[in-house]
Amino acid sequence: MKKTLMIVFLITLAYVGSYAQGYQIGDPVEDFKLKNVNGQQVSLFEFEQATKGAVIIFTCNHCPYSKAYEDRIIALDKAYKEKGYPVIAINPNDPVQFPEDSFEKMIERSKEKNFTFPYLFDETQEVFKKFGATRTPHIFLLNKSKGKFTVEYIGTIDDNYKDETLVKKKYLADGIDKLIMGEKPDPNTTKAIGCSIKVKK
Amino acid sequence: MKLRTVLFLIIIQTTNIIGQNIPVVDFNKLEPLLHQKDDKVYIINFWATWCKPCVKEMPAFNQLHKEYANKNVQFLLVSLDFGNNVQDRVQTFIETHKLTPKVIILDDPDGNSWINKVSPNWSGAIPATIIYNKNNRMFYEQSFEFDELEKELQNFLIK
Repeated sequence: MKKTLMIVFLITLAYVGSYAQGYQIGDPVEDFKLKNVNGQQVSLFEFEQATKGAVIIFTCNHCPYSKAYEDRIIALDKAYKEKGYPVIAINPNDPVQFPEDSFEKMIERSKEKNFTFPYLFDETQEVFKKFGATRTPHIFLLNKSKGKFTVEYIGTIDDNYKDETLVKKKYLADGIDKLIMGEKPDPNTTKAIGCSIKVKK
Repeated sequence: MKLRTVLFLIIIQTTNIIGQNIPVVDFNKLEPLLHQKDDKVYIINFWATWCKPCVKEMPAFNQLHKEYANKNVQFLLVSLDFGNNVQDRVQTFIETHKLTPKVIILDDPDGNSWINKVSPNWSGAIPATIIYNKNNRMFYEQSFEFDELEKELQNFLIK
């Protein structure tokens, strides 16, 4: 009986282990190094402005939910970069399926919109999988403490993708403010409609 | 079934016959349609006209609708399109792709307040599909080929 229970326990453990994908709240974040639109490699651990943390945003060119947030992402970067929480945007999509999300188009878009933050290309699609991102836009707010980054908030920017003037809850900005005050974001997880990430076939 | 739900269903039916003015609803209006307690099987798909994997699976829903509409299966395509002239854009899409299932537009941008009510397993990415009857419910955050979708539906028809 004990043996059977142990086997059941182990199978459950294996199942849960394989099912849980991506970073959860509180998890330490590994470094990544990806190509930026300016041609240089950007590494999270070596990103100078990320003194207190970073706002990792999986986003892309083509997705209307991402486009709707572009100006708000620029504003967030401007507001929080000085406070040690810069935005790092990452395009995780396979450009074979969406030519609009190619590296060349990323360069164009970042110039058109005067992006104030790095816009990186997750060409091998390893980074978004490690984070567990599933859609664009998908935000991971990181806090840096004693040189280590941990995930403190996963979700959306605010509660209205359609119309910024109707926003009631600024989940991400409030979350960063909490971290600045030495508190935890509340809520630490939110959901939003987004475009599925286009995985290579 | 609540009177309001009945009236709402009638409105959806009528508008789709006329082929204009696709209903625009918030989640409170949509929610009863995710929890019908009759003997039918319900297939509800969340999509948008700009979503490539959604558009790609539309023929599967169309074909399934043709084959199963008279077999106690109800279809609903919930569009998450937004922006200017959204009703016209969705209507044009329906006509171009000759969509036969019912279509409504969900206009409720605070997804965090309702995505978990559709399914706690939904991250919010589209396409997403629910198949349910009064006893069972399945949620899929994926796009379907016809055979796969039919197989999932048949699990509900056997039970």
